[in-house]
Amino acid sequence: MADKQAATDKKSNLLLDIRNLRIEGTVYPPGEPPKNIVIVHDVSLTLERGKVLGLIGESGAGKSTIGLSSMAYGRGGVRITGGEVILNGRDILKGGKQGLRKLRGHEVCYVAQSAAAAFNPAHRLMEQVVEATLLHGRATRAEAEKRAVKLFKALSLPDPEHIGERFPHQVSGGQLQRVMTAMALCSQPDLIVFDEPTTALDVTTQIDVLAAIKNAIRETGVAALYITHDLAVVAQVSDEIMVLRHGRLVEWGGTRQIIKEPRQEYTNALVSVHEIDHQEKKPGATPFLSVKNVTAAYGGGKVKVLKNVSVDIFPGQTLAVVGESGSGKSTLARAVTGLLPPEQGSITFDGRPLANKLADRPKEDLRQLQMIYQMADVAMNPRQTVATIIGRPLEFYFGMRGRERDARVAELLDKIEMGKGFGDRYPAELSGGQKQRVCIARSLAAKPKLIICDEVTSALDPLVANGILKLLLELQAEENVAYLFITHDLATVKSIADSIAVMYRGEVVRYGPKSEVLKPPFDAYTDLLLSSVPEMEMGWLEKAIKNRRMESAGN
Amino acid sequence: MSSPILKLVAQRVALGILLLLAVSVLIFAGTQVLPGDVAQSILGQAATPESLANLRAELGLNDPAYIRYFRWLGGVLTGDLGTALSSGQDIATSISGRLWNTLFLAFCAALISVPLAILLGLLAVRYRNGWVDKLISGLALASTSFPEFFIGYLLVYFFAVQWQIFPGISTVYDGMPFLERMQAIALPAAALTLVVLAQMMRMTRAAILNVMQSAYVETAELKGLSAFSIIRKHALPNAVAPIINVVMLNLAYLIVGVVVVEVIFVYPGMGQYLVDHVTKRDVPVVQAVGLIFAAVYITLNIVADIASIVANPRLRHPK
Repeated sequence: MADKQAATDKKSNLLLDIRNLRIEGTVYPPGEPPKNIVIVHDVSLTLERGKVLGLIGESGAGKSTIGLSSMAYGRGGVRITGGEVILNGRDILKGGKQGLRKLRGHEVCYVAQSAAAAFNPAHRLMEQVVEATLLHGRATRAEAEKRAVKLFKALSLPDPEHIGERFPHQVSGGQLQRVMTAMALCSQPDLIVFDEPTTALDVTTQIDVLAAIKNAIRETGVAALYITHDLAVVAQVSDEIMVLRHGRLVEWGGTRQIIKEPRQEYTNALVSVHEIDHQEKKPGATPFLSVKNVTAAYGGGKVKVLKNVSVDIFPGQTLAVVGESGSGKSTLARAVTGLLPPEQGSITFDGRPLANKLADRPKEDLRQLQMIYQMADVAMNPRQTVATIIGRPLEFYFGMRGRERDARVAELLDKIEMGKGFGDRYPAELSGGQKQRVCIARSLAAKPKLIICDEVTSALDPLVANGILKLLLELQAEENVAYLFITHDLATVKSIADSIAVMYRGEVVRYGPKSEVLKPPFDAYTDLLLSSVPEMEMGWLEKAIKNRRMESAGN
Repeated sequence: MSSPILKLVAQRVALGILLLLAVSVLIFAGTQVLPGDVAQSILGQAATPESLANLRAELGLNDPAYIRYFRWLGGVLTGDLGTALSSGQDIATSISGRLWNTLFLAFCAALISVPLAILLGLLAVRYRNGWVDKLISGLALASTSFPEFFIGYLLVYFFAVQWQIFPGISTVYDGMPFLERMQAIALPAAALTLVVLAQMMRMTRAAILNVMQSAYVETAELKGLSAFSIIRKHALPNAVAPIINVVMLNLAYLIVGVVVVEVIFVYPGMGQYLVDHVTKRDVPVVQAVGLIFAAVYITLNIVADIASIVANPRLRHPK
């Protein structure tokens, strides 16, 4: 704090000044010689002491790369090839390895997206939290641990006196994220780089972590670069926002200006994303798939993950299943597909009972139920071309061969708005959104009645995800296919669902047509879920925390 | 807190005992299938049919196989390994001194090779893909690629014949002064070290490099830790399990696979003893030594299993 005061007195309030930063990397495209690409094109930014700058953009925008350049760190072998990074009045790129080691963990600290992966599983939390502080001689062990406990308290971690004695696997994801924030604050740095610190968390947990981070920033007066792809999140914590795209600056301004009066078209697209106006369809007379009182468990009946769940799906409609991680929504999908045979209850399909076990189901039943996954790139064989991948169900279910199959593949590629030219490509040559489109085409090739979509847009950037949702809605209108849409994202639910089932700890707590489920009065959990979705509104966070009726499960 | 670990350990030990029993059945069955007749080999080709029959009855060879197996197993469990056919000596007595010699040699070789291999592995990771790494890997692989008898003879040629630092024949006896004993086994221990070094070193390198990809290594780097502290403090503890496994396999090799080296240096250990009696078709000795080697192998593997379990903080500190 004292240094900070002194610096202010020196009239130089500037902490970080990045000038014409250029970052390059080497890519290894399949079948071609490695080539150099520019990841960040001459980006400049400045950050004053105690201020928070949000860096926002889609994946590949270079936001993490720019954030890490403030520690002169190139992840995955990328190189800073031009420009200056001036921190506390000196160009850190000229400081050499020794200089960088003195700066990292001392002047600048880093909070990673996945704290669960960023903590060493072999050491206790306290050991890791005070490590940098001790390394840089910022305090004795006793002082550092005292400070850590104080930070744990400030970040409202449970049992702050003893949580440091735990190992990372003994603490939940949301708590770990806060411990990591404490770790960054412990050595009293001037700057913290937050790299998507809440992206991997459930909405209900995200709001707590976000509030904790915001408080900690305010109380310690540390400056921060806050990196995220979620504009609503960054609007809660930042003083200024910088929008990036393809490694170039798009727009930079005050938070209010960016979210209220964006000057660039791209910023406007980011701000207004998620707005699909989906008219709810009324449920038909008879559902074609009906899940009745299903109870399912793992570990030979020991861990009950589904308790007495009943839902119906009508032809050509979408049932959205929402809930946080561990609520049993993916398990419901596994029960419907037969991957996890239910212990009790039944699933009827087209008026007849569906065999519990996958192995007992006839091929026709398998064809009628298709699935799309969250991670499109691991759901495809990397050594098969797109045409082979989409053609496989045509051969398997319909025995199509040769020209007939190729024609159908071309038709399907057309449907997912990808040209014929994509047929010869390999999955590695596609973007994330294109990969997911191929997975959609593959499931559609079987002409199913139901497609189970398990978090299919969660790994995608908002604009790309939006395109996928629009495509799914169009395909539903054309093919009259029903979706069982599993997601944790309520904005997605509003865009696509006809009916909604809200799940909490293995039970369906609220179920009905979309308009009824989303109409007050809410039960406590649905209220928490709905009120936790960040809104693109300054001051939303404080309001939401104040009006909450129920503690989130992460606490 | 330690109850899941105790359970796992108990499971492994029980499994090991079961495995050892199965091996004893196999060894017994194997020696039964071999051609030849014990009575015949004791009495020689000139024996009369009556004396053969008498001896068979005396040795209990006419009893069914399972009765003979349990008799043999009962003897083993009470420390009676039987009598060597060729010399008529008690096997347990003649083995005990030799087993101790073999264990001592293996222990000394392990004491040198294990820390050396891990240290070299750490250094190779620290300077990965640089010349230090390539030199370490190259030398270690070269020493493994040479057959152990060749290494043995090279060592003898240089250290015993040319420079005369160490004896070429490793004679040891009871009551030998410690330093003299160490000097006697220097060359066989060096030969064994060179043979097992590379695998442990390469495995250490590979296991740590694998961990170096982890996000927590990046965290450590961003805290400003030096490259070597990152490897030692953050990578090594998470690479322990595969390293332990390969170390134990090599320790087992040091005891069980020591035959050739013992023969080269005329070292009075188990290997020499085994080779001598295999050539004499001395079935009881082969059975006894086989069982001891199997026990060593299984024990070390159980130790490796347990050590890797204990090295995992998730098991040591359940939720």
